[in-house]
Amino acid sequence: MSRVEIRVTISSDQDIVVARQKGRSLALELGFSSGDATLIATAISELARNIVSYAGSGHIALQDLQGSTRVGITVTASDNGPGIPSVSQALRDGFSTSGSLGLGLPGVRRLMDEFEIDSKPGQGTKVVVKKWRP
Amino acid sequence: MEVPILKQGAVLIATFQAALSDADLNHLRSALVQQVVRFRSRGVIVDVTAMDVMDSFASRTLREIAHMIRLRGAETVIVGIQPEVAFAMVQLGLTLEGVATALDLEEGLAYLNQKFKTMK
Repeated sequence: MSRVEIRVTISSDQDIVVARQKGRSLALELGFSSGDATLIATAISELARNIVSYAGSGHIALQDLQGSTRVGITVTASDNGPGIPSVSQALRDGFSTSGSLGLGLPGVRRLMDEFEIDSKPGQGTKVVVKKWRP
Repeated sequence: MEVPILKQGAVLIATFQAALSDADLNHLRSALVQQVVRFRSRGVIVDVTAMDVMDSFASRTLREIAHMIRLRGAETVIVGIQPEVAFAMVQLGLTLEGVATALDLEEGLAYLNQKFKTMK
């Protein structure tokens, strides 16, 4: 059960900045070190940028994560964009369809502890990432 | 958000703020290149000490700035990447390949002065 949920609408580059700032504050509130908060904020920045570049608009939701013995943070990035035709390809380093850097998703996976993606062509993309406080 | 660009002799110093959007970064890129031309600068220092997140876009923009300025015949050095930011960049797979970096403003100036000597 999570106690906090912060939802940020993502539709412009300015929203990317807002989402990562809110993510950093929540991570610090949950007791993450400043180094981990930086990793989380960077992951949020990449996920939010994917929304702006591929889908145009969407949401980032930030929640606390209450485990039996530990706490963490969940970041959910969702959009109703075109979806990713090949998820396995998108998770490979160096792959990109928008002419950007092509290291967004694999990089985000490395920054966080858990990574789930659900994407269907024409129906949008949902990425859920989690990080536990050590 | 405007990024201040200071002129110190042959060197331009741009100090990045914490919360720069993509549009701010793009604006800074063109402003820096224009000023390098206008002042016939030989070196540029980009101070990112205040930046708390360096994502793929910011890192690509920095690389573009350095490469554009090199084509103009001047040198760029990025200074002040925070240890936590450097750690996140490595995890994300971002490199600033081909771009000079230095610890802080002072080291950056020393690097450029050394470069200017060998350029003569």
